[in-house]
Amino acid sequence: MTFEYAPASESRAIVSIAPSYGLFINGEFVDPTSGTMFKTINPATEEVLAEISEANQSDVNAAVNSARRAYERTWSVLSGRDRAKYLFRIARLLQERAREFAVLETLDNGKPIRESRDIDVPLAAAHFFYHAGWADKLEHAGLGPNPQALGVAGQIIPWNFPLLMLAWKIAPALACGNTVVLKPAETTSLTALLFAEVCQQADLPPGVVNIITGAGDTGRMIVEHDGINKIAFTGSTEVGKSIQRALAGTNKKLTLELGGKAANIIFDDAPIDQAVEGIVDGIFFNQGHVCCAGSRLLLQESIAEETIEALKRRLQTLRLGDPLDKNTDIGAINSREQLNKIHQLIKSGDDEGAERWTAPCEIPEKGWWCAPTVFTNVTAAHRIAREEIFGPVLSVLTFRTADEAVEKANNTPFGLSAGIWTEKGSRILWMANQLRAGVIWANTFNRFDPTSPFGGYKESGFGREGGIQGLGAYLQSATDSDVHAKGMS
Amino acid sequence: MNDRVEVRKTYKLFIGGAFPRSESGRTYEVHDTDDKFLANAAKASRKDGRDAVLAARKGFGAWSSATAYNRGQVLYRVAEVMEGRRDQFIADVQAAEGLGDKKSARVVDTAIDRLVWYAGWADKYAQVLGNTNPVAGPYFNFSIPEPTGVVAAIAPQDSSLLGLVSVIAPIVVTGNVVIVVASTLRPIPAITLTEVVATSDVPPGVINVLTGDPAEIAPWLASHGDVNAIDLTGVTSAELAKNLEVEAAGTVKRIRRPAQPNWLATPDLGHLRSFVETKTVWHPLGA
Repeated sequence: MTFEYAPASESRAIVSIAPSYGLFINGEFVDPTSGTMFKTINPATEEVLAEISEANQSDVNAAVNSARRAYERTWSVLSGRDRAKYLFRIARLLQERAREFAVLETLDNGKPIRESRDIDVPLAAAHFFYHAGWADKLEHAGLGPNPQALGVAGQIIPWNFPLLMLAWKIAPALACGNTVVLKPAETTSLTALLFAEVCQQADLPPGVVNIITGAGDTGRMIVEHDGINKIAFTGSTEVGKSIQRALAGTNKKLTLELGGKAANIIFDDAPIDQAVEGIVDGIFFNQGHVCCAGSRLLLQESIAEETIEALKRRLQTLRLGDPLDKNTDIGAINSREQLNKIHQLIKSGDDEGAERWTAPCEIPEKGWWCAPTVFTNVTAAHRIAREEIFGPVLSVLTFRTADEAVEKANNTPFGLSAGIWTEKGSRILWMANQLRAGVIWANTFNRFDPTSPFGGYKESGFGREGGIQGLGAYLQSATDSDVHAKGMS
Repeated sequence: MNDRVEVRKTYKLFIGGAFPRSESGRTYEVHDTDDKFLANAAKASRKDGRDAVLAARKGFGAWSSATAYNRGQVLYRVAEVMEGRRDQFIADVQAAEGLGDKKSARVVDTAIDRLVWYAGWADKYAQVLGNTNPVAGPYFNFSIPEPTGVVAAIAPQDSSLLGLVSVIAPIVVTGNVVIVVASTLRPIPAITLTEVVATSDVPPGVINVLTGDPAEIAPWLASHGDVNAIDLTGVTSAELAKNLEVEAAGTVKRIRRPAQPNWLATPDLGHLRSFVETKTVWHPLGA
């Protein structure tokens, strides 16, 4: 059965995008000293949305100095109660301007409006609400009676959840009394720059939040800047390692949220229909541009065939296309570069002998797209079973016993997340205990909440974001303040 | 005049519950603070370091899945056996650190008491560092701390027993396993501790002790793919610390590098917290 859908496009009239954007330093938008600009592109249409400033060393210096001044003169002397009020204001403004943020996010990132509207933006607002309440309760954070802020935090975020990752970084940092210099990913700067406007609207003291745009070089300047006390990075494991190396021997603290290759494990007693929804959520949510994506499907042998058939049936109903259309399930791939990387890994799957199935869907003429792809006959040695693809590509492996499932699931340098599907309670808890990963979803997948700590084991990084544990990334206990930690202090 | 010829000791390493010589066959002389010969100690090599990682990884499964009650009991047992050897430890510490009678007794007593303190945390730290999370949706969600895995630690160079115990205990009490490089010039208290560990129900591989030069062994531990975290408490050279951190970055190891602490002061949970991971589990609610 085929469904016909009339177009149901969200209006983009609600956003006004400026032709070009400056850097947000000390509460104001300023031109970059280099005068160098780069373009940000709608990945669904290849239309240029705006020109973005590339921050150079003197811009980074200005941002760090502004953050330092704000830390010393304003933010660290403000009471927790008053810091909280600024965060509550920001949370409210994000809710009030939610539609605008959602449309802008979808335009700049390519993700379906259904996701930016229902997940990214509401969760970002919720993150500010949650952390606002912590600002005047930090003595209850489990780090002793008088926990200390770290100072100026340099924060570097990826392009897959631009506003949400900004919220994950800025909300706890500010609640704990730090000031920040944040760099969004170069392909998705627009919602961060709109957030800068929200900071102005909230009358946040100048310099508490500085947002500077640019690519890897700008990021490196932040990482290496002497005026920074802490680096928080979300992105690839490769860049994470280079940041950890760059910080070796320094007194800067570091938390990293890196790549993943999560196993989503389906036992033979799982409700197949629900599990199939979970598999789809796990790997096709946000085009698979999710570090905790369930990219390795582990099926118990006896139900493998049946589950793959059900999955393929389900994938044929997914709608790929205009991200602003409210019925769209699969949006655009964020950049040509990312699409090339996905294609390269798909090709390695073909070359190494896995069996590929691609969902039959019409690919728009313009923009960057990748149809949902499922590989079967995958072995643990295949690149598509080992490397993070960061795209809508699922690798299917099978197992016979729970022990084998655990061994296969843990057989990776990553350890960010895992999924378990079974009706048997004791098995869920045993599996959850055995899996070496920071987030375990049992009979669900890809759920997020500001109260729920998120972060990895092993090479998926260290430190947590969200929950009471997340505060440890931006606070230190008064008695343990001379510890230089890469990880949680 | 006592004309008995004393039995001089050549000590060995402690790996996987056994006492092997260094695979390199090397030893070095250990002297007291007056430069009087004390004993020969094994000079561990890179291969000994790798053997220790293998033994530690092998020990991790059983130790991390032992009940918290059991881990607490084992550590308490270590304290009991230390208490029985109190005089030997006092003599060892005195020779190693040149302290007076009273001071070395205080150091040994504090080390034993510290182990008792940490033993008590075994079945409590998860209650203090873990919690349920009130997520906005029909899910039950909880977070628990779990051991990071294999931890390589460089023990303090000065505080040869109290510092050593204060580094080892917070690592192993949560279920981690440790490879510790003892104080180079003052290894005897650590060696005596291995004799205690070997007779205190500590499973093989949980505590592994190498003697020798951290500058030689530690880089191999810091770069080893099966080591999850490094504790640089005893690294006094800024250059070595930096090199070890660079090596550690290759597999995203957790790193703890404190300033030289006052070992006699009561610790907080910071050391223990450095080597645990938070695991968060979600499950839907529904009838």
